[in-house]
Amino acid sequence: MARKPEPRPNVSKDELLKYYREMLLIRRFEEKAGQLYGMGLIGGFCHLYIGQEAVVVGLEAAAKEGDKRITSYRDHGHMLACGMEPKGVMAELTGRIGGYSKGKGGSMHMFSREKHFYGGHGIVGAQVPLGAGLAFADRYLGNDNVTFTYFGDGAANQGQVYETYNMAELWSLPVVFVIENNQYAMGTSVKRSTKSTTLYERGVAYGIPGEQVDGMDVLAVKAAGEKAVAHCRAGKGPYILEMMTYRYRGHSMSDPAKYRTREEVEKIRTEKDCIEHVRDLLTQGGLASDEDLKAIDKEIKALVNEAAEFSKESPEPPVAELWTDITV
Amino acid sequence: MATQVLMPALSPTMEEGTLARWLVKEGDTVKSGQVIAEIETDKATMEFEAVDEGIIGRLLVAEGAAGVKVNTPIAVLIEEGEDASSVADAPSSAPATAKSESDERPAAAVAAVPAAPAPVQPAKGWPHADLPEGAQTKTMTVREALREAMAEEMRAAPNVFLMGEEVGEYQGAYKISQGLLDEFGSKRVVDTPITEHGFAGIAVGASWGGLRPIVEFMTFNFAMQAIDHLINSAAKTLYMSGGQMGSPIVFRGPNGAAARVGAQHSQDYAAWYAAIPGLKVAMPWSAADAKGLLKTAIRDNNPVIFLENEIMYGRSFEVPVGDDFTIPFGKASIVREGRDVTLVSFGIGVSHALAAAEELAKEGIEAEVINLRTLRPIDYDTVLASVQKTNRCVTVEEGFPVGSIGDHLASTIMQRAFDWLDAPVVTCTGKDVPMPYAANLEKLALITPAEVVAAVKSVCYR
Ligand SMILES: Cc1ncc(C[n+]2csc(CCOP(=O)(O)OP(=O)(O)O)c2C)c(N)n1
Ligand SMILES: [Mg+2]
Repeated sequence: MARKPEPRPNVSKDELLKYYREMLLIRRFEEKAGQLYGMGLIGGFCHLYIGQEAVVVGLEAAAKEGDKRITSYRDHGHMLACGMEPKGVMAELTGRIGGYSKGKGGSMHMFSREKHFYGGHGIVGAQVPLGAGLAFADRYLGNDNVTFTYFGDGAANQGQVYETYNMAELWSLPVVFVIENNQYAMGTSVKRSTKSTTLYERGVAYGIPGEQVDGMDVLAVKAAGEKAVAHCRAGKGPYILEMMTYRYRGHSMSDPAKYRTREEVEKIRTEKDCIEHVRDLLTQGGLASDEDLKAIDKEIKALVNEAAEFSKESPEPPVAELWTDITV
Repeated sequence: MATQVLMPALSPTMEEGTLARWLVKEGDTVKSGQVIAEIETDKATMEFEAVDEGIIGRLLVAEGAAGVKVNTPIAVLIEEGEDASSVADAPSSAPATAKSESDERPAAAVAAVPAAPAPVQPAKGWPHADLPEGAQTKTMTVREALREAMAEEMRAAPNVFLMGEEVGEYQGAYKISQGLLDEFGSKRVVDTPITEHGFAGIAVGASWGGLRPIVEFMTFNFAMQAIDHLINSAAKTLYMSGGQMGSPIVFRGPNGAAARVGAQHSQDYAAWYAAIPGLKVAMPWSAADAKGLLKTAIRDNNPVIFLENEIMYGRSFEVPVGDDFTIPFGKASIVREGRDVTLVSFGIGVSHALAAAEELAKEGIEAEVINLRTLRPIDYDTVLASVQKTNRCVTVEEGFPVGSIGDHLASTIMQRAFDWLDAPVVTCTGKDVPMPYAANLEKLALITPAEVVAAVKSVCYR
């Protein structure tokens, strides 16, 4: 069973190529990160985003300059999608001075004020009130920016999420809560952690509208994102998007993934893959040839290799960095 | 061009592993993403996927080989038409000791373990010596010791149960609870959602309701989500109820730095919890500590904070056999005797102190190493008696310097043994910075044996 051929809004060739390129960049970047981890160049926890690329690429397509984003430790995709440099992200993964946090943050903790990316948070659920706080500031300052606050299906059970929902609606904060429902929190499937498995519906109790979205379909994600953002910008308060997605790899590098079958993963990869989806739209619609796409593949590969080289060559932070940035 | 496939690092602390099974043979064509081998780490068996596509030219490490170091070439991938024999030989360093008995520890792993404490002459006898005199022992890892302590206590008392994230079906994020779900069922091994504040509160309530919960925090960093219940609910209720009801509960899990997991995941909470009246705080170093102290914790009628260490989980020690082995709270052990200086430590710090003592002995300085084992209560008597003998003291811990356990000991020693001191007490701690991720900075942030050696020399005026 392949994806249902749904009626599509008019998408231009350029737009599709842009999504293809951006999703492929994340995919190849993450594969490279996995390799560097295996070589011992990346240490600690390293959570790959492979499979979920359409979520961030689709939502970034609905964002405007000034909008903010914040997420968990599974953050590489979000950073690349909002325009952060692959080199700087990869060098942070290897703990080098050329990284976004000068090597001091690591895979889970990166930030870019310039791109309005507020991290990179290691404590499950903690980014949710933080994201609402960013939105609080925007409302207070009277601009029309929106904050995309991403969290997982597992994080959706943390109490602070619901404390935040209540206040976000009470104060009409311009925040889009994006639940990346990839079906698992480490080894715990959604069904094993809750009886209310339709996560966006929990907003109803607080008066927050929301919807479930096919998170493997970048066009559906973008359309939902535009709707949510319009709601926020109109001053109507928060909106919840539950992105139905899937992570292909283990939770982090040390996860034996015994809680699901290889067949389950394989099935989603072959039937729902977000990159293949756009590839099909491009080729079947006669918008791009295999050659065109090969050229993009090559270009992305070069970009990722360049980032990897940079991340190896960039020196470790100087010793003095141990004592800087503790307070200002 | 031929490419080497290297032994992967599959976890933050993995240095070597066992090549449990090859799923391909020489001459097979592999696709990227195809599982080509199963690799066993101390935590789990993992599937290893090919990154590149190609043909398996050679398998360089035999199936069953144990102790294969991360980054050792294990196979060679060639391209169509390439000749496998043209492929350069694997570096001779590749250990290929096939089919080694699985229970035999690889030599390198043993070497990585700080030298086991030299046999102690138990001047004062048990419980001050590291192990009870004449006890029959067996070798086990800290991980096994913790598991055995829980299993024995759960067998003994039906109201003891374990609750936490991934403790059941996943068999524990760090495999401490492996097998417990099978033995005790899901009524007593309870998987929770990621809801620390909620389930810690539920567990405290259950302890008031007549149960004896063991709450596993995946790591103590996440207990910060729940710290209100640990302190305001669990620690204070006995007092607030005028002694009517307390909380017989154990909160346990790894504490302190693992390896390269950054600022939010690498913190030692020993001094934080040790500051709270109403709590008991245990921090094992060896497997014997782990087993004996955890059993005492589960039997204790007070809330116990039980601080483990991920890096120590895989290390092996001698542990007295039998269900009745316990270690009382408030009794330190002397893991090495010496006359020149007293090193006081706890948890993984004891390994650093012992390594330093070893170094110092080469220069003729005999350090006495005390393992506190519990931080609330603290065995002041053992520390003071030792300082009265050596007249010098250095404390060793991983936590932050300000308000450290060392600070507290220094002030106690000053107040109670001032006249015996020949030098100020020096505290060795982690640095006063959040844990950096970069490998070089992380090394500098952590306490090292070399720093302990330097501190001892300074108090010995050498
Ligand atoms: C407060 C807290 N508890 C536990 C953990 C350990 N942990 C890290 S990620 C994770 C699973 C989270 O799953 P989910 O929210 O679904 O996000 P995903 O990893 O699927 O992106 C857990 C339990 C943590 N980091 N923080
Ligand atoms: Mg998830």
